[in-house]
Amino acid sequence: MLAPPSPSSDARAGLADVLPATLAVIPFALLLGGQAAQKGLSALDMLAMSSIVFAGGSQFLAVGLWTDPAPWAALALAAFLINLRHVLMGASLARKLDRFPAWQRFAGAHLMTDETWALAERRALDRPLTPAYWFAAGALLFVNWQIWTVLGVLLGGLVAEPERYGFDFAFPAVFIALALGFWKGWRTGPVIAASALTAVAVHALVPGAWYVIAGALAGIAAAVLTTPADAPAPAPAPAEETAP
Amino acid sequence: MTLDPVNLLAIVAMGLATYTTRAAGLLLADRLPRTGRIRVALEALPPAVLTAVIAPAVLAGPAEMLAGAVTVAAAFRLPLLAVVAIGVASAAGFRLLVG
Repeated sequence: MLAPPSPSSDARAGLADVLPATLAVIPFALLLGGQAAQKGLSALDMLAMSSIVFAGGSQFLAVGLWTDPAPWAALALAAFLINLRHVLMGASLARKLDRFPAWQRFAGAHLMTDETWALAERRALDRPLTPAYWFAAGALLFVNWQIWTVLGVLLGGLVAEPERYGFDFAFPAVFIALALGFWKGWRTGPVIAASALTAVAVHALVPGAWYVIAGALAGIAAAVLTTPADAPAPAPAPAEETAP
Repeated sequence: MTLDPVNLLAIVAMGLATYTTRAAGLLLADRLPRTGRIRVALEALPPAVLTAVIAPAVLAGPAEMLAGAVTVAAAFRLPLLAVVAIGVASAAGFRLLVG
């Protein structure tokens, strides 16, 4: 790096890195809002859910399960199960939070989504993860999610068939690009193959979001089985040297 | 605009359940060793989770598989925003071609 990293440059990097994911979630946010409106949820309900829950997958599931009066215990359990992957993600991310005081770790945890977590993990491969980077990226995605889910309620079924225009594929495209950022040569092959095959099989056979947990665990198992336990740490990614 | 109390209860319950999953990993990590198989497992976690999230959507049919292959090729050389645009366009195109 030519200049020492500063909070403002880290914040700008966070905003720039999260921008594609920010745009990619807009069709989903509009779709979620439209479905919520059909279930009788108000814009204020949507704003509360998008800010208090802030987890797209579980919000889609909740709107699908929504009845009047709201089955709050079933909705909470469904949210817990579909978001169980956060436990694994947080356990991995926690090791990169050396520069975060405790209150920032636990405040920042609320902003952890698949997208911001993957960006942070990717950044931590090259340089230290800073609060400026995390909170800038997380805040942009958070505000963006409020705006577009609420607009979705107000606009109704504007994006009724996102698959017709391929918009639904924006989400897989973001994740394909993020996943390839973790490619570390042949060792990553079995991880991706085991995770993909297990996820597809479980998705076909078991209702709900278990396929994410099952696929992730299969990928991890493949890594452990194909790597000797005492293997040296993999070479760092070919990026510029940072901190001393 | 209204906020029904039962709706708010359900939303807060969902929020607490979700935040629990987000904070649990942070609390758990301090208790895990940082070497050996645990380290290998945690290093494999990002690609494993990302792959599992999208695999059913990408392997859903021939059009999605072709669009996924195009997206992978694009992701090796283009910035993320271009990859997303190519992914969306190729999904729409292949669905027209192969249904």
